Amino acid sequence: MRSKDYGLLPGLTAKCSREDTLAMFSKVCFSRFFEFKVKEAAEKKLIKCPIYLSLGQESISSALAVAFPNPAIFGQHRCHDLYLAYGGDPTALRDELLHRPTGCTSGMGGSASIHSPAIKMFGHDGFMGTQVPIAIGYAFGAGQRTLAVMGDASAEEDYVLAALGLASTKKAPVLFVCADNNLSILTEKKVRRNWHMAEVASAFKLRAVEITDDPWLIMHQTRILSQELPAFMNIHTARAVWHAGTGCDGPPEWDRFSLIKEEVARLGLQREAEDIEIETQDKISLLWAQKLPGEQP
Amino acid sequence: MGTKTARRATMTVAEKIKELTRNHLKNDGVALGQCLTAVGWVGGTVPDMTEEEGLIELSMADVAAGGFAVGLALAGRRPIYIVRYQGFQQFNSIIPLSYAAKSNNIWDVSCPIFIRSIGMDGGIGPVASGSHHSIFTRMPGIKVFAPMTPGEYQRGWDRFMEDDTPYCASEHRRSFSIDYEMPNRIHPQADITLYPISSTRLNALEAAATLESEGIVCNIVHLLWLKPFFVSETILSALSGSRHGGLVLDGDFENGVAKCLAYDIMQQSDKNVRVLALEERSAGFAPHLDNLPPTPQKICEYVRKLVQQTR
Repeated sequence: MRSKDYGLLPGLTAKCSREDTLAMFSKVCFSRFFEFKVKEAAEKKLIKCPIYLSLGQESISSALAVAFPNPAIFGQHRCHDLYLAYGGDPTALRDELLHRPTGCTSGMGGSASIHSPAIKMFGHDGFMGTQVPIAIGYAFGAGQRTLAVMGDASAEEDYVLAALGLASTKKAPVLFVCADNNLSILTEKKVRRNWHMAEVASAFKLRAVEITDDPWLIMHQTRILSQELPAFMNIHTARAVWHAGTGCDGPPEWDRFSLIKEEVARLGLQREAEDIEIETQDKISLLWAQKLPGEQP
Repeated sequence: MGTKTARRATMTVAEKIKELTRNHLKNDGVALGQCLTAVGWVGGTVPDMTEEEGLIELSMADVAAGGFAVGLALAGRRPIYIVRYQGFQQFNSIIPLSYAAKSNNIWDVSCPIFIRSIGMDGGIGPVASGSHHSIFTRMPGIKVFAPMTPGEYQRGWDRFMEDDTPYCASEHRRSFSIDYEMPNRIHPQADITLYPISSTRLNALEAAATLESEGIVCNIVHLLWLKPFFVSETILSALSGSRHGGLVLDGDFENGVAKCLAYDIMQQSDKNVRVLALEERSAGFAPHLDNLPPTPQKICEYVRKLVQQTR
């Protein structure tokens, strides 16, 4: 089941508007280049707390931010990309990671518990999966479209599964997204379970899909599913670095960023994409310039 | 002598809770829990209202339900989260404690949730019975009180409504029929000061009457607020006039909040303060294997022994 093409629909990218494609690509670049700087800062020992990088899975949050705008957001420990894709202040995130009082959580949140009232993003308490029942209560209580993001490991938490049933019963307007990299630290999914989250969600009478992390596919499915919430998306992705820290065991199963660039070129947007890449890299370099020794603005 | 008699209130604790809940739901608040509308409506404390009016029946998923309640608090609905047996808090308290109690500290985001945690004295085995407020008192960021009278309940509720932090009301089913207030009983020259919590307050009153008939004079200072715990002038002055120190009584295990309170009191006095609470063992279903809060008889025996030893 798991592959870089799983669930792809032919001709989908051509149907997507130019604006959406470029907006998505811009967000992918921003998250990715920001994370490279976080990695560099960590390797230079400027960051003294555990970090959870989103490298390799930026397409999920970027596509969601385009297709599912202005929700209340409940992420978990790996959420730099979610924060940035939805417009969280990058300077405040940088400062948070550098333990400064000007950080988005004044230094309390580190990498794992960031938040931003400006984009309605609530912090995470560090316990895997608690964001799911909390998101449901929030959506139900506020009557607000809500996004709850989890990983394939936290999806297994008993209270996450029970919460999906609660969301279905109460018709809470939540879009659940599972970023499924097939690993809990290094333990593969097949070792941990013999069932699939999308099937479980369907059993709870949620509309659910199982797809790969192609951003056009994510935008397409998000727009369909978000018409009738709650709904669930299990998205296969291939993270580039370890669960925590900057380590890497070799190339990921697939390189979504390269695949996106190839597709953007096929759409005739190569020049625009190159401009976005360069501008974003410059912007991020400038953002980190005074914080990373030796960095040139 | 400073002894005061109980003052009559206009309604029972159960009626007071029901009234507060009804008013809260009429003002955009919500109340939620499991089996609320089943037999007895949680001891007559839940108003006959609908989900559209804010009374939310939950599935039986204990941990997830706590998360749902926290989400309602973040949405500004000031949920009353009803947990019918305090023993269930082993599961139900997890997300309120891991998230709501920390929310102000970490994110400066208020998460006001009012947890009704209902205790009872034994009779239903090792899981559901007893008081378990110590689960809550160890966590920073939450306030805990154990009301036994209508007036105390109202005061705790009023404080919650003016606050932006989570509260735990450690209730007790024995309080539900109480329609009077319980003032402290302080004597200028006492043998001991009892500091009872929750249902042990009723047992302490009974024990004090028995002991007094034997010539042993007991002060009684009722402990309402468990956290934050303020060692008041009343607590200290009663203790300073007590020949044999003090005794904290609780329906939770001995190695819980009771010892913390005794420690706090002792830090500010030169008297010993001891603890009598649930024994350090699991309760059983058979009556002779139950683990009950200190009974009047047990309190009397303990105090007699203490007085004889230190005379």
